[in-house]
Amino acid sequence: MKRKKRRLIFVGLGLAALGLAAALILLAFDENLVFFFSPTDLKSRQFAEDQRLRVGGLVEKDSVVADGLNIRFNITDLSNKVAVTFNGVLPDLFEEGQGVVAEGHMRRGTFKAVEILAKHDENYMPREVTDALKESGQWQGDEVQSSEANK
Amino acid sequence: MISEIGHFSLILALALAIVQGTLPLIGAARGDANWMALSRPVVAGQFTFVSLSFACLMYAYVISDFSVANVAENSHSAKPLLYKFTGVWGNHEGSMLLWVWILAFYGMAIASFGGNLPPALRARVLAIQGLLGVGFIVFLLATSNPFLRLDPAPLNGRDLNPLLQDPGLAFHPPLLYFGYVGLSVAFSFAVAALIEGKVDPAWARWVRPWSLASWSALTAGIVLGSWWAYYELGWGGFWFWDPVENASFMPWLMATALLHSAIVAEKRDALKSWTVLLAILGFSLSLMGTFLVRSGMLTSVHSFAADPERGVYILGFLVFVVGGALSLYAWRAPAMRATGRFRPISREGALVVNNLLLVTGCAAVFIGTLYPLILDGISGEKVSVGPPFFEASFVWIMVPLFIVMAAGPLMAWKRSDIPGVNQRLILAFGTAAAAAIFLVALRGGPWGAILGLTIAAWLLGGVVAEFTERIRLFRVSLGNSWRRARVLPRSAWGMTLAHAGIAILIAGAVGATNWQTENVQVMDVGEKVEVAGYGFDFVSLKESDGPNYTRLGAEFRVTRDGKEIAMLYPEKRKYWVQTMDTTEAAIHTTWIEDIYIAIGDPAAKGGLAVRIYHNPLVPWIWIGALVMVVGGLISLSDRRHRVGAPSRARRRAQSATPAENKA
Repeated sequence: MKRKKRRLIFVGLGLAALGLAAALILLAFDENLVFFFSPTDLKSRQFAEDQRLRVGGLVEKDSVVADGLNIRFNITDLSNKVAVTFNGVLPDLFEEGQGVVAEGHMRRGTFKAVEILAKHDENYMPREVTDALKESGQWQGDEVQSSEANK
Repeated sequence: MISEIGHFSLILALALAIVQGTLPLIGAARGDANWMALSRPVVAGQFTFVSLSFACLMYAYVISDFSVANVAENSHSAKPLLYKFTGVWGNHEGSMLLWVWILAFYGMAIASFGGNLPPALRARVLAIQGLLGVGFIVFLLATSNPFLRLDPAPLNGRDLNPLLQDPGLAFHPPLLYFGYVGLSVAFSFAVAALIEGKVDPAWARWVRPWSLASWSALTAGIVLGSWWAYYELGWGGFWFWDPVENASFMPWLMATALLHSAIVAEKRDALKSWTVLLAILGFSLSLMGTFLVRSGMLTSVHSFAADPERGVYILGFLVFVVGGALSLYAWRAPAMRATGRFRPISREGALVVNNLLLVTGCAAVFIGTLYPLILDGISGEKVSVGPPFFEASFVWIMVPLFIVMAAGPLMAWKRSDIPGVNQRLILAFGTAAAAAIFLVALRGGPWGAILGLTIAAWLLGGVVAEFTERIRLFRVSLGNSWRRARVLPRSAWGMTLAHAGIAILIAGAVGATNWQTENVQVMDVGEKVEVAGYGFDFVSLKESDGPNYTRLGAEFRVTRDGKEIAMLYPEKRKYWVQTMDTTEAAIHTTWIEDIYIAIGDPAAKGGLAVRIYHNPLVPWIWIGALVMVVGGLISLSDRRHRVGAPSRARRRAQSATPAENKA
């Protein structure tokens, strides 16, 4: 086999691998992207019942009602709120007044969550939640944040 | 006082790192032996001062010196002693100091084991290490100083995040950093080779043990983290495709590719500039992982408190290091010519396929991890890329890799033939077919699980076939085979074990993702449920006190066909200082499946949320990973790695050990 031809085979292999990867990645993207919205965003938009999305904000104080595994609470960005239902066990760090991200579907004005992600430590707020609060003009955490930063 | 000594030692280490990063480099360029020789004592000095600095911080933690801000924020006097030690790296500043210490440690190791490196190469490698050290120590001192004082000192500290108060997690970061930072050695060798414009088999031979050490540590670190997530988070899963998990997984994929391409560079003097590129990319991805975790760009379990200043610094450093190395590469790499030729169907060809697929898989993980950041930057839309994306892309890219992986080691160097390899793979065809038939008959699906386990069986069959081929089992007498097995180079044993470990791990991961049974319900003491053929009696529920938390402990009797199999004690802990809850799952393992119970909070109307999982094959994930790490370490202990490329005089001195020359 000529050297050129051999090199061509390897280049072909490389391109095939790239093509395969690109095809797989695009296909996977098409089906598996989950967009994030704040309660305010949710108000002004319509969603198909099967569209998976994330909503984030703070767990509204005194809104959590738990009946066994059936849990209801509100997520708020302090200007708007959305009612959330969830069937399952809440994560350890779920708490009223703290940041939360829920993943699931909109059903007739209620967000039906299939997964709840809570913040993971004392000083940490999911970035999406911070941005959502800033957008609604309710962010007050900056002085808290900067004291954290100066440690 | 002690803490000031730590601070000043770090400044002295910085001064030495600057010397280490400049003078030997100039010396190497001028051919000045004295300036080149300077690197070794300076490396020793830098290591000593960083060690002293680290010891000072550890001392402050152990005696609970809350006048040190870092200790006050991350420790507490009531914390168990083990976590006073490990708490040192349970926060951003301390873990950065650990990173710097490991970097200095590797520098010291190169200086100690690199006795037979050409002086110019050694000087350059150590100088690059020194420059990396400068970058990180400046970062520590300028933005993340762990030795800052508080005045007045608080009476007690704010404690370590309770999630981190766990033996599994205590050793996850050090191992991970040994892996991340180990890639810096391959990086320094690559940059030094680019400066010299010379990559030869000897170079590849020097790089191999370092990448192997780093790969072994990275494997152990990643798996330890995964194991921790499995038993501590109470979700019953072992891998979540979390951005930070991905950040550690990408360097692992690159290190794996590097490990294999370096073999070709060493034995066949081919794929040289590719190997250099992998060494650069591997460490670049380590740095990028650090940047992502510490800049607060990602929403993840692992994120440290966000601080834009740090993010900007690391980003700048990242651009400088990666950009500099890649520019050097673009300038110098075209001059490297391979002398070894090979055909597509050959051992080299198989290793090229290995590299292409690993790098492609890494690219898929990279895109999935960074896409949300890029999209947010461009359009402000917020999006998350979850496990389904990675399962639909990365996993499929790995399928051909595992298929080729069984055949590759059976192929001859330079040129091989497919019929011959197929003949030697009969065993693999057999195990794969047997596994497929057995699984269809026994479980009937889902088909993804059957495909995955068939591939695992194929790979294991291939590994065994390769091993029996080497020791000529059943073709010569058993005694002869045994002798052959005993004189096999350790690197051959290492490869066999590492590949077998991968096969076991694949089987475990496939079983765990496809066959998990999850059962969540509210239960009262005295109630009983049945999950996956096992009975679960809720026997009792008690509250008691641990060293720094209140424990809500449940007791479950697990039965099968009425017979008791195990008692399980899942817990929920409330830590006093940070008033935070953690879940401690209880796991009973039979080595082919796990029975897993986690409890939630007591419900308002009585009863307790109880999650029960039946996780088939999960233990194989940990067994497979352990086998891989053992394989890596055995290979690392191979004399040929330790000795490096012997000079002529050395080779004569060693001719007494015959196994030496079989390479």
